Amino acid sequence: MSPLLTALIAGVSIPIGILLYLLAGEALLKKAGTSGGRTIRVALWLAPALVLLTLTLVYPLLSTIILSFKDARGETFVALANYVDIFTRSETLIAVRNNLLWILVYTVFVTAIGLVVATLSDRVGYEKLVRTIVVLPTAISFVGAGVIWSFMYAYEPPGLPQTGTVNALLTGLLPSADPIAWLADKTTVNGALIFIGLWMSVGLASVILSAAIKSVPWDTIEAARIDGANESRIFRSIILPQIAPSVVVVMTMMAVNALKIFDIIYVLTNGNYNSEVLATLMYSEMFAARNYGTASAFAVVLLLALVPILIMNVKSFREQSS
Amino acid sequence: MSTKALNPHAQARTQQRGAASLVGSFSKHATLIVIMAVWIVPILGLLISSFRTPADINETGWWKALIPPYRFTLENYQSVLERGNMAQAFINSILVTVPVTLIVLFVAAVAGFVFARWNFKGRELIFVLILALLSVPLQMTLVPILKLFSSWGIVGTFPAVWIAHSGFGLPFAIYLMRNFFAGIPEDIFESASIDGATDLQSFWKIGIPLAAPALAVVGVFQFMWVWNDLLVSLIFLGGAPDVAPLTVAVSSLLNSRGEGWEVHTAAAFILMIVPIIVFFALQRYFVRGLTAGAVKS
Repeated sequence: MSPLLTALIAGVSIPIGILLYLLAGEALLKKAGTSGGRTIRVALWLAPALVLLTLTLVYPLLSTIILSFKDARGETFVALANYVDIFTRSETLIAVRNNLLWILVYTVFVTAIGLVVATLSDRVGYEKLVRTIVVLPTAISFVGAGVIWSFMYAYEPPGLPQTGTVNALLTGLLPSADPIAWLADKTTVNGALIFIGLWMSVGLASVILSAAIKSVPWDTIEAARIDGANESRIFRSIILPQIAPSVVVVMTMMAVNALKIFDIIYVLTNGNYNSEVLATLMYSEMFAARNYGTASAFAVVLLLALVPILIMNVKSFREQSS
Repeated sequence: MSTKALNPHAQARTQQRGAASLVGSFSKHATLIVIMAVWIVPILGLLISSFRTPADINETGWWKALIPPYRFTLENYQSVLERGNMAQAFINSILVTVPVTLIVLFVAAVAGFVFARWNFKGRELIFVLILALLSVPLQMTLVPILKLFSSWGIVGTFPAVWIAHSGFGLPFAIYLMRNFFAGIPEDIFESASIDGATDLQSFWKIGIPLAAPALAVVGVFQFMWVWNDLLVSLIFLGGAPDVAPLTVAVSSLLNSRGEGWEVHTAAAFILMIVPIIVFFALQRYFVRGLTAGAVKS
């Protein structure tokens, strides 16, 4: 059978399968009499989602927490030994430092550039073009972005023509400057990686912020303008306070991204040149060192760092829905 | 989405003219143009390079290709596609992506409908727990799932990635669908149930058609995530050519020694072309999904 036909059959059979499942449930309920039908129906209708979530997220989560207290092969209980192990390694400190750097620099710059794009593009005729271009990287995979940026950062020794865009610009604008091996130099690697993160995330931030800016009532801005306020004053005193909730949402999202950051580093440097973060360390413990104990300990540390943000999200959801 | 003529912010901006606003206007356009350039140049550079000869790519920057005489070539694409497994990898990507997208769409629609419309004990608690699952770092789930799947003997087959990807995509999809169904006025469903519609009928015949825009948003996002994913496919499918999707095939091409830039650029563009087409075709839904996901994270 041709693979495309298989995909087509899957495409038709999945919706039909789910409908049949629900129909079968209805038939069973009818047979059993309808008393308490709603409760059983809730269980029946939620079952596919809950089974999938338990299998792929809840069970692994609990299993990881347990594994973090066991030895490398997950056999004997070692109490806190894995945690002591990972926190006495120098690379853990570097990873924590890099995660903090990501949280600080990436979050602030994504929000700031997103704000600039959203505010300025709201006042020009080519808004759609700006938005299309800035959002485009959101659709690109990390593998694709990896090729794009290793090409941008490409390095040739001084004297040779630079084929990488960044080094060509650098040596073209400052003839006295030497080209820089951006991704293979401990002083530049984190900045270079964070910039790729910016490039991939600003689109998302600007779309959310621009939706917020468009909902600012026009007459409040007009009134301030009549009172003689200039544009930057209007932005600071009228627009910014009204879009503050969206700014907070964007910053939380980006902080979570920064904490979980993995793919960009994995694809471009694999954690070399002091660019490792907690997620890349966890990954190499797991698949290179095959030490499930320490890998799980890294995962739990990451999860604990996420808990405050998680609580904040749940709180804001409760406020919204009440 | 306001057009230029309807946008009061843009209109009022053009009404006021003065020396100060001319300077402001210049810096505004300059800032936007610089940002657009920084965002588009990396993609443009890759696209142009992928049509240059290997010698040209290695000797000069891609911008030199814009100066006549033009020497563009399709050789790079030919040599990538001739590697045989690229066509198969493309089909594998479809085989991974289409079923996952459909599973997530329908399972999330059913669950979102239940959370939005039915009152039952523990509704809020379960929903908040699902919301919390959004923050779980994917990498930490991989080993336990891998162990489970190898005991079932499905590692390296499509069902393994279907299950894994569907589970990972569900929290966001359920969240979005629930919000959408909660926004539909109650009386639409009430009048249907007075007319004797069962729960199933009101879900299938009223809920699903009304939810078409939300389903489009979830579908576009799920499609992009799965198509662009490397890690999950790498771990649950592996690199065997008969199952490896495009991301896995391209990244192994990138990692193999002795491949030049010309192969990298063409391979990367082949990988990017489907998401970019989907992006341009469904940009409206894509942007709407980004805004709807604002409370996600």
